[in-house]
Amino acid sequence: MLLILVLSIFPLVASVALSLSRLAFHQGGVDLKLIGFANYQQLLFGLERSHFLGVLRTPNLIGWAIVIATAALTAAAWIRSARSGRVRPMGLILRLIGGLLLLGSVWILVQALASDGGRPGALIVTLIFVFAGILFQYTLGLGLAMLLVQQIPWRRFFRIVFLVPLTITPVGVGYMFLMMTDTSKGPLEPIWVALGLRNFTWVTDPWLARLAVIIGDTWQWTPFVFIVLLAALESLDQEVREAALVDGAGRWQAFRHITLPAILPVTTTIVLIRLIEGFKIIDMPNILLGGGPGTATQSMTLQAYIDWNTLNLGRSAAIAYLLLILVSVVATVYVGFVRRRVTELA
Amino acid sequence: MRNPFGRRSVTDLSPPAKLGAFVVLLFWAFVVLFPIYWLLVTSFKTPYQVDKGPFYVPFVDFQPTLDAWRYILVELGNDTLRPYLNTVIVGLSSSVIALLMGAAAAYALVRFTYRPRVGVIGLAIGSVAFAFIATALGAPFFLAAGSGVAIFAILAQAIGRRFTRAMGNSDIAFWLISQRILPPIAVAVPLYVLYQQIGLLDNIVALIVTYVAANLPIVVWLMRDYFASLPRELEESAAVDGASVYRIVRSIVLPISAPGLVATFLIVLVFAWNEFLIALVLTSANAQTMPLQVAAQNATRGPQWWAMSVLILIMITPVVAMAVALERFITRGILVGALKG
Repeated sequence: MLLILVLSIFPLVASVALSLSRLAFHQGGVDLKLIGFANYQQLLFGLERSHFLGVLRTPNLIGWAIVIATAALTAAAWIRSARSGRVRPMGLILRLIGGLLLLGSVWILVQALASDGGRPGALIVTLIFVFAGILFQYTLGLGLAMLLVQQIPWRRFFRIVFLVPLTITPVGVGYMFLMMTDTSKGPLEPIWVALGLRNFTWVTDPWLARLAVIIGDTWQWTPFVFIVLLAALESLDQEVREAALVDGAGRWQAFRHITLPAILPVTTTIVLIRLIEGFKIIDMPNILLGGGPGTATQSMTLQAYIDWNTLNLGRSAAIAYLLLILVSVVATVYVGFVRRRVTELA
Repeated sequence: MRNPFGRRSVTDLSPPAKLGAFVVLLFWAFVVLFPIYWLLVTSFKTPYQVDKGPFYVPFVDFQPTLDAWRYILVELGNDTLRPYLNTVIVGLSSSVIALLMGAAAAYALVRFTYRPRVGVIGLAIGSVAFAFIATALGAPFFLAAGSGVAIFAILAQAIGRRFTRAMGNSDIAFWLISQRILPPIAVAVPLYVLYQQIGLLDNIVALIVTYVAANLPIVVWLMRDYFASLPRELEESAAVDGASVYRIVRSIVLPISAPGLVATFLIVLVFAWNEFLIALVLTSANAQTMPLQVAAQNATRGPQWWAMSVLILIMITPVVAMAVALERFITRGILVGALKG
């Protein structure tokens, strides 16, 4: 425990100091100069804002619809909890702040994604990678694990083969996908040619580039979900399920009322771990596209890495800290709302 | 011969559904294996063949060569062997240690209740911070650390008990997982300074310690859920029969949670095996690990696909072999038998 304390607190303190300063070069060495919150100010409001948050424009029609719907739902939920009389005044104030924060983040998201001329920055791109990635990985991983607890021919073969992507080092997976997605020398070349896309590259379209990153990420991390869920499913007591099926319950019913509640706790853990790890995504966008086109696939960690490489250590640490705050908020809310409710059910 | 798609029990899938599932699995196996196959053929190509477009089958549309394998295994020789051994040692030892410590912590978090006092924790952190600041201001390290401990002891006795607000097991667990939130890029430089101070740079011990600390939260979280899903009655009846906690853990809990242990072990093994950034910062020559070698193949001449393929293939072989050896523990039956017996 002491070991973890030292290994965790020391970097934490040291990087705060770093994020508040700038590396200054002078004759014979470098100095850390304290510059206050300038690094953060630059990222959130100043020069680097379009890079970090995105180009924010007035929302279009769909954007406004989303904003208004979110506002209405948040207000309704707040009024309901205020009326119920079970929430203390302090709780109500906290909920109001939470609701406003939610609304604020939706506002920023809409300005970047559902507007004319808006463009998502590193923060929003990271969120897209994380949530799309988790969605695909979890669905695929659960499906494969469900199929492989059945008595199916070649069961052992499948189980081992499905783990293989996880065993490749992330840097290696990045380069492998660089090979696979090459439209002139890669193995899929005949397909590209047949579709008339021989001179096409993923690098030109921001959304296709992001899609490529998400595909690679999903390929790599589905095994993680798969093996954890497989172990969870295998250690379930099968007698209840058998009894239900014998008594005439449908497969869907058995899944919905017996299997799903039993794997929900481990599901929330997987999602939490993938959430935390997913926010740190760097290798795939970096190797596959170098963060391009432009900065379309630059995740927060990649932006921090690029700043780090150009010796802008202060800004790099500031991005890392903003990431820390963001993930902490998301993870706390997630644990507070989802996991606690799920573990109470189980 | 029995029909492989036939029904074996009531709960089994119907034959057509089974065939459908088989086809789906076959498809995903293809998705997974095709890139690996591509690595394999690439490792037998010359640079020219890689550059001239896709060739799929050795001997049919290109003449395979062992050049890349010879380059990595013979020409580089010790420069491949050393990082390879480092990876094996670091990966295995750090994941075994993390699994043992983490599983113990997870079991304790599931079966016992802890109520750490907020006041005491605050004091501890305050004392550590005090020691840090004192050291930064120029005080000798041992003096600062000593007075930090002294302050903690005195204040904990004096006022620590007044703060009765306590946290629960879930707070401890959340604190553990929160260690992983900070991106490695922010951790790397401070860790470099830390290990530089204690003279462990370019030493595999530093890597092992760091990976244990980094993987512990994952072990704790995954094992906590597996342990929590075990039926409590089994352990209780053993306890009634007079078995000690250690005996219960050794002969009941560990055997029936084998699927979870194996899955968790494979995951942390893979994480430690493949970690890149921390290894890049903390090692320079002696303690380098394989991921660095893979990345190093993207040299000034552009990515050396053939050599990179060889490295990735020899890197995943031991892990896949481990998965083959351990996969049979991810299976049911043990628990059911234990409950009936």
